[in-house]
Amino acid sequence: MASAIRRRRTWTAFAFLAPSLLGMIIFFVFPLIMTVFYSFTAFDLSNPPRWNNFANWKFLFGGDPLIGQAALNTLWFVAILVPVRIAGAMLVAWALTRARRSSGALRTLYYLPALVPPVASTIAFVFLLNPATGPVNRLLAAVGIEGPGWFTDPSWSKPALVMLGLWVLGDIMVIFLAALLDVPTEQYEAAELDGANGLQRFRHITIPNMAPVLLFAAITGVIAALQYFTEPAVASSTAMGKSAVGAGTSTLLGWPDNSTLTYGQLLYSKAFGANLFGYASAMAVVLFVVAGIVTAVLLRRFSSFSPEVAS
Amino acid sequence: MSASTLTRPPVRASRAGVDGASLRKRTPLVFVADHALLIALAVMFVAPFVFVLLTAVMSPEQAGTAFAWPTSWHWENFAEVFRKLPMLKYFGNSFLYAGAATLFMLLSSVPAAYALARIQFRGSRFIMFAIIGAMLLPPQVTSVPLYVMWSNLGLTGSLWPLILPNLLGDAFSIFLLRQFFLTIPREYTEAARIDGCGEVRTLWKVVLPMARPGIAATSIFLFFASWNDYYGPLLYTSENENAWPVSYALAQFRGARSVDWNLTMAATLIAMVPVVLVFLLAQRSFVRGVTLTGVKG
Repeated sequence: MASAIRRRRTWTAFAFLAPSLLGMIIFFVFPLIMTVFYSFTAFDLSNPPRWNNFANWKFLFGGDPLIGQAALNTLWFVAILVPVRIAGAMLVAWALTRARRSSGALRTLYYLPALVPPVASTIAFVFLLNPATGPVNRLLAAVGIEGPGWFTDPSWSKPALVMLGLWVLGDIMVIFLAALLDVPTEQYEAAELDGANGLQRFRHITIPNMAPVLLFAAITGVIAALQYFTEPAVASSTAMGKSAVGAGTSTLLGWPDNSTLTYGQLLYSKAFGANLFGYASAMAVVLFVVAGIVTAVLLRRFSSFSPEVAS
Repeated sequence: MSASTLTRPPVRASRAGVDGASLRKRTPLVFVADHALLIALAVMFVAPFVFVLLTAVMSPEQAGTAFAWPTSWHWENFAEVFRKLPMLKYFGNSFLYAGAATLFMLLSSVPAAYALARIQFRGSRFIMFAIIGAMLLPPQVTSVPLYVMWSNLGLTGSLWPLILPNLLGDAFSIFLLRQFFLTIPREYTEAARIDGCGEVRTLWKVVLPMARPGIAATSIFLFFASWNDYYGPLLYTSENENAWPVSYALAQFRGARSVDWNLTMAATLIAMVPVVLVFLLAQRSFVRGVTLTGVKG
């Protein structure tokens, strides 16, 4: 009897899940297998894929003049953009907990930029940071500072994208805010009685309590940085005053001087700009492996100071 | 419990003092410093909107020069954007993409999330793991084979390759809906079962009414993600201008037509309006949704 009920439950569960499981196979498992297969072929969409052994892989690991730059740029965003956004979101969330009143209205205000379509916010920032005429450099000039070239200067284009990333930090901020408000006050009181100062309380109470949320922000942040595409693509094409990337215009990517060329953009341009679908697939396999490793490492590292272990 | 905690005057833990600062009396100086920071942050988050708006209403001559207060106000610039571009068609495409994607997602993902949250069966952990994997997968990894597939079906050049997959479950939505369903006390679903409800009726009569805010939040999430999507439309619609949604068309605007900054900024603002409106209308459930993604993730 009991087992009959259990069997019926299992059947119902799989009936509910059937469309999604089919989706997983069609849009996840099958393309992954095909990507690995394509990575060993020469493939241009008009002709069937032709086996070319390890040619794509050899070119990837020692021939492609751009891939090193693209990987380094992506790494830069992983190493700088992600932690800066997390720290910024933490600061803003913390500031919000100190508001005596109207914290709800302020939260909405701080959150609003995160909703703006990334294309729109990127174009807006290219305008704001226009070196000659933009309001930011005008304001800097008013206080006697000569502003940098931002999106037109290879050494400032990435920091400009970080500033854009900070403007839209609301998505992480609201999660941090909820987690901050969830930290049990008794723990702070106990620490205070034990003579812990503000920094110690932050290190030993706030951080461990927020570990799951920080883990979430770190993983999703790194994954997002690995596939960083829209903002640099739109920024470079808008800043140079040309039409944004479309089929065949992939040479516009990464301006100025390949400084904003990310791995995702290079992959896109190899496939849909240069018709090198086999080579792009090899790049996709590498991206998949790296994303998988990053997720696994972060999950393991953070679990060591999750609240279950710490308290 | 030590004597000191007993004799200490009871402190009403204010909601604000999460870092323990409420224990000490906050000095006026700290209060001023806190609020100076809050105001400075508000200015920083709002300033870009203001600059964009000011530029959007400038005359074309002024918009090309160094930024300053508008010398004359040209609100007709917004109408000019609609005249220069088929904005209504772009908006229609965006609504088709975001609306249909959201509807299809609900049909496929609500039952899936319910099964993962409330039905105990062998393999559910593995499926959950696979869904998180799919959720974290960078879209560029599968772009090539999926493009080949859609092109064989003759659907490239339209938004359907971005809409149809939602009929077969969206990983992030399933994940988020499951988080919401888990917060519904088990007693309710158990009681329904004892009363003889099957799983379908339990989902329909008990879970759906209780999870309405969560379902709303998940829908808004996917709606926004589709509305703001750039990579997908770039991949599948760049060859066919008639299928462009707003976010993609906007990126083509400045370059392709070499228009002035004032019109570019006006178009940028127009593209922001729908999402901001939807957000202000549905703010509460949306913020709850954002929170749940992380806190219980």
